[in-house]
Amino acid sequence: MVARVSPILRSWLAIALALIGGTAVAADPIRIAIIGPMGFIQGENQWRGAQLASDQINGKGGIQVGKEKRPIELIQVESNEMLSVSDATNAMERAITRNKADFVIGGFRSEAVLAMQDVAMDYEKIFLGVGAAHGELGTRVKDDYDRYKYWFRVAPTKSADLGKQIFAVLGTIAQELRSKLGHDKVRVAILAERAVWADPIVQAAQQNLPKLGMEVVGTWRPSAVATDVTAELSAINRANTDIIFTALSGPVGIVLGRQVGEMKLTAVPFGINVEAQKEGFWQATAGQANYISTLDTYAPVAITEETLPFIEAFEKRFGEAPAYTAATYDAIMLLRESIEATGTIDADELVAHMEKTTFRSAAGNLKFDEFHDPTWGPGFVTGLAVQWQDGKKVPFWPNGWQGVSYEGMQAFRFPERK
Amino acid sequence: MLQDILITGLINSGVYALLAVGFSLIFGVARIVNITHTAFYMVAAYLVYVLGHLWGWPAWLAIVAAVIAVTILGLLSYRLVIEPVREHETAVLISTIALAAIFQELMIIGFGGHYLSIPSLIDGYSQLAGVRMTNQQLLTLVIVAVTLVGVWLLLAKTRLGLAIRATAEDREVANLMGMNVRHVALWTMGISVGLAAIAGVVVAPLFVVDPLMWLDPLITVLAIVVLGGLGSLKGSVIGALIIGYVETSTVFLLPAGSFLKSAVALSIMVLVLVVRPEGLFGIAFEEER
Repeated sequence: MVARVSPILRSWLAIALALIGGTAVAADPIRIAIIGPMGFIQGENQWRGAQLASDQINGKGGIQVGKEKRPIELIQVESNEMLSVSDATNAMERAITRNKADFVIGGFRSEAVLAMQDVAMDYEKIFLGVGAAHGELGTRVKDDYDRYKYWFRVAPTKSADLGKQIFAVLGTIAQELRSKLGHDKVRVAILAERAVWADPIVQAAQQNLPKLGMEVVGTWRPSAVATDVTAELSAINRANTDIIFTALSGPVGIVLGRQVGEMKLTAVPFGINVEAQKEGFWQATAGQANYISTLDTYAPVAITEETLPFIEAFEKRFGEAPAYTAATYDAIMLLRESIEATGTIDADELVAHMEKTTFRSAAGNLKFDEFHDPTWGPGFVTGLAVQWQDGKKVPFWPNGWQGVSYEGMQAFRFPERK
Repeated sequence: MLQDILITGLINSGVYALLAVGFSLIFGVARIVNITHTAFYMVAAYLVYVLGHLWGWPAWLAIVAAVIAVTILGLLSYRLVIEPVREHETAVLISTIALAAIFQELMIIGFGGHYLSIPSLIDGYSQLAGVRMTNQQLLTLVIVAVTLVGVWLLLAKTRLGLAIRATAEDREVANLMGMNVRHVALWTMGISVGLAAIAGVVVAPLFVVDPLMWLDPLITVLAIVVLGGLGSLKGSVIGALIIGYVETSTVFLLPAGSFLKSAVALSIMVLVLVVRPEGLFGIAFEEER
């Protein structure tokens, strides 16, 4: 006897079989954990950069691993590293053991990333750093390669290279200032927060600025979580300073921008001011941030062919420009390139490939050195310098430095002197 | 340099004094070490941001509303969380720490860890004895001075002030004299939180508003009240001046160690306590009633 099956039931059966069949043949996703302080702007940008990359890759069917295409599955991991380093290591442990992450990308505070790096290395997981600048992260790779080879720093460049970049920009600014002031001695005050990433920069500044013909009038080191620099600024102003050399990642960067503007100080703040890299900085300083300048990673200039499409896509999707921690985008694109080139997600094979390759990222040509840090300099990652001018963040460097110039650069401006 | 230290130190001390007086007041009257004190200051700053910046209320209205709302929040917290465990000092300490952590987490949930900013009420700067300061800083100084004089008048010239002082002097005797010490404690809590809220709304346009902004001042305020003498309002004001000036002097005299300003201030507190355990104007612990 032949059982009769109604057409409706047949359709449902067909759908169910298709689903079961589909599940059976669908490739396992590649799980990428994005770890960072998600409640803060750094983590927010890490997640956004990753989402953009993941959607673009998955939109094309995923990453080609050998003969199969595997989609990306992103895992958001809250590190809580702003408040607790031990929470960050626990989060890394969780991402690897419970969430079964194949790769980990992110980290922000150097203190926390140093601790998280050890956990990732215990599990021989590739950990692509996007946020922390401290040199020790790379020194570990050089000193104990077999253990730390799974670490690569995608962004930013390490502290020492950030220092070199600052001096290159500072030299340009000082030269212009000398011709404006009509005297050779430019007076510089160093204002750097007390944090491990800033220490080598301060040390280098104290040694190199006099060699560049600049006089260091003093070094002020407020706490990394300070929100008030009234006393520091009064002292800096009293020292007749021409340039305030900054190394600030915390909220004090906003207060500095605001008070320098409100008090109409003629000293030009330049250096690293993470808050000044953000789109909301002008509003955060109540429109007082004219002339504040900082190193930066992204700006609407064609560093490589990838830069402008990335910035446009990011702005279109999220309504604002990317901060440097959005380099999770580049990190995922680098992973895709490496996986497709090797045809595997095996960590050792990928490490060997990434060490050899030069990857064209949105921030420049990414070539890792023996510390697994991005090579800094012409032809590689140079970074940018930007200045706030009438409510807009304007890129002004490199503009001819060692033959490097990106289209769209503008002139640096100085406040009027009375 | 001296004039820089004098003027900048005064600005620092003013806000500290406002916070320390409120903290000391509720300790003096109800023996409550209210760790939530600076969290109320944080909530007030956020409220000014929401009302004035996001909702577009006039600045003065946002400020007044924030102070009133936070005072009510303080009274509710007292009634619901602190009063039930008031007789157990450790429980009060832990409850107020928990309450502060809850406020912090609520701000992180609501606003993220972003640094928020509020426009100054008055723009520009003024120069006093060759020292530049923003007009907002000057305004802050005036508000602090007026508020502290107001508190002094309230305590010295009104019946409520008399009741507060009497309860602070000896709660049991005040009770025996027919005062409703429970109500006095509630009023004092309101004044104390109100002062924290005023401090919050005046610093909001000076610094940035963020969920961790309550931690730094908490440590400083604890140092000030212990230095000045727990429960002593005069001690709080003088302690605030000492700590404010020590911090400022550290920045001017030891620039590379400016991150140590709190540590230097705390060391001075410890030194004073070694010589005088009750603080500068406090009651000796042995005589504690």
